Amino acid sequence: MADTFDYNKKRIAPAKVIRWTLLALGGIAMVMPIVFMLSTSLKWPHEIYNLKIIPDEPTIENYTYVLEDGRFYQWFWNSLVIATITTISAVIFDSLVGYTLCKFRFRGRMIVFVAILSTLMIPTEMLVIPWYLMAKDFGWLNSYWGIMFPGVMTAFGTFLMKQFFESVPDDFLEAARIDGLNEFQIWWSVAMPLVTPALSALAIFIFLGNWTAFIWPLIVTNDPALYTLPVGLTTFSVEQSVEWELIMTGAALATIPTLIVFLVFQRYIIRGVVMTGLKG
Amino acid sequence: MKLYRNLSIKQKQVVWAWTFLAIPVLFYTVIRFYPTFGAIVLSFQEWNLLSDKSWVGLENYQKLFADPVFWKVFKNTFIYLLLGTPISLVISFTIAYHLDKVNFLHATIRALYFLPFMTSAVAMAWLWRWFYQPVPIGLFNNILASLGISQLPFLNSTFSALPSILAPAVWAGLGFQIIIFMAGLRSIPTSYYEAAEIDGVGPFTVLREITIPLLKPTIVFLVVFSSIGFLRIFDQVFNMTTNDPGGPLNSTKPLVLMIYDTAFNAFDMGYAAAQTVVLFTVLLIVSLVQLFVMRERKHG
Repeated sequence: MADTFDYNKKRIAPAKVIRWTLLALGGIAMVMPIVFMLSTSLKWPHEIYNLKIIPDEPTIENYTYVLEDGRFYQWFWNSLVIATITTISAVIFDSLVGYTLCKFRFRGRMIVFVAILSTLMIPTEMLVIPWYLMAKDFGWLNSYWGIMFPGVMTAFGTFLMKQFFESVPDDFLEAARIDGLNEFQIWWSVAMPLVTPALSALAIFIFLGNWTAFIWPLIVTNDPALYTLPVGLTTFSVEQSVEWELIMTGAALATIPTLIVFLVFQRYIIRGVVMTGLKG
Repeated sequence: MKLYRNLSIKQKQVVWAWTFLAIPVLFYTVIRFYPTFGAIVLSFQEWNLLSDKSWVGLENYQKLFADPVFWKVFKNTFIYLLLGTPISLVISFTIAYHLDKVNFLHATIRALYFLPFMTSAVAMAWLWRWFYQPVPIGLFNNILASLGISQLPFLNSTFSALPSILAPAVWAGLGFQIIIFMAGLRSIPTSYYEAAEIDGVGPFTVLREITIPLLKPTIVFLVVFSSIGFLRIFDQVFNMTTNDPGGPLNSTKPLVLMIYDTAFNAFDMGYAAAQTVVLFTVLLIVSLVQLFVMRERKHG
């Protein structure tokens, strides 16, 4: 047995090496655009034309210039606040609704579930016009709430959490009920801790979605002080027009935070993608 | 409170359930359903935000179907789908299939492929837009020039602009698809492969007879998911063609950009609403057809 194994291993070795090398080269090619973005953001204007990844005279001048007027800080802050609040809200409501639809038996349960699920079919783009009109009537244009309100609950998250709560045994909940916990306490302190991996997976997805959201923030804001990072970046880049080292600096500023988050939480993020992808 | 105490356990549950659902039901009604019907109703009206709304029946739809720009946009939208989905799925499956068999530095290589998925489409659109600039600015043309190859027009030609915009969208989405494909591959029981090995079946046959059929649920999910994404493409197009949105000569304009222009530049709300109804119908039909086709094959 051991002999056969070794024999096979030796025979396949060159193919394995080629496979590994091609995959590694492909992986490097995948990140090259990002590397070039970072590299160019550290170059002087006269150097952006050469193909060197390491600049001859690296400079942080572009970053100083781009950050000088404070707009990027404002946009970064707006994006951070909006994505954080929306994520917290969506995770709480989605899991509460998912839990209720999964664990309670009552008349109308299926109707509510199917109704929520059916909203998955409606593309955001169909709703932006009525949302815009609604925001205009209620005075929500150019406000955090105006940017956030469509996303404070998600049908996708509700469906996902309902799936995950299926794995929580009813006995646990029943035991808590006998111990005298009310239904809210049972959900919050018994059921929720049992689905933390699912909650973090959902949170990552919703946060990333809100952080990179573009069309709705673009529509609902026209005051630069309320732009989110992607909308701000668009405006900034249009202004710069041909100053590519500055545009790359802006793009890098919008990208670096998520890259850092990814490098730190890589394992959780990839697991989260798998969990949401397979259950969803 | 006294009333509540007199209820049976079952009845108490019903009270709790509707307490939990009260705000969400209100939300879905006001923020999802009402606007959906609002958009449909608006598509039968004419309104520029300033004047009064007026009923025009099917006029918006007649105007839309008679508009050559709409058909151009319609075609573009489907080109994004018909190029984007197969290309990205073939590439991501190939990578996932091989990466699944690699152990050395597996997590690191996987991270390299996944990294672009974490970026914002807006930032990446500007990055790629720089790549596509003519000599001496753009990276791609500089590379071509250094190899002695003549320049490519990329975003400046009606022929190459659409694929040039599609490229970063495909690139950024690969990581997600690779991860999902690998999870799908991992979920195939190894006993199938062991049996095939005992029978002396070649790797290509294993791929065709075992791997791909058992991967069907994953493939269906990714086909539908990525098709919806390509049919709704907007961020990349908007940011890569800010000087002439959807240009040159509307050759890159997708349906969502047409909707945005009609609603928020021309303020022709009814006409834009009719376009959103068309988008909704297209998404619905494409998803249903894909689910149907894939299901048929599974039984056949």
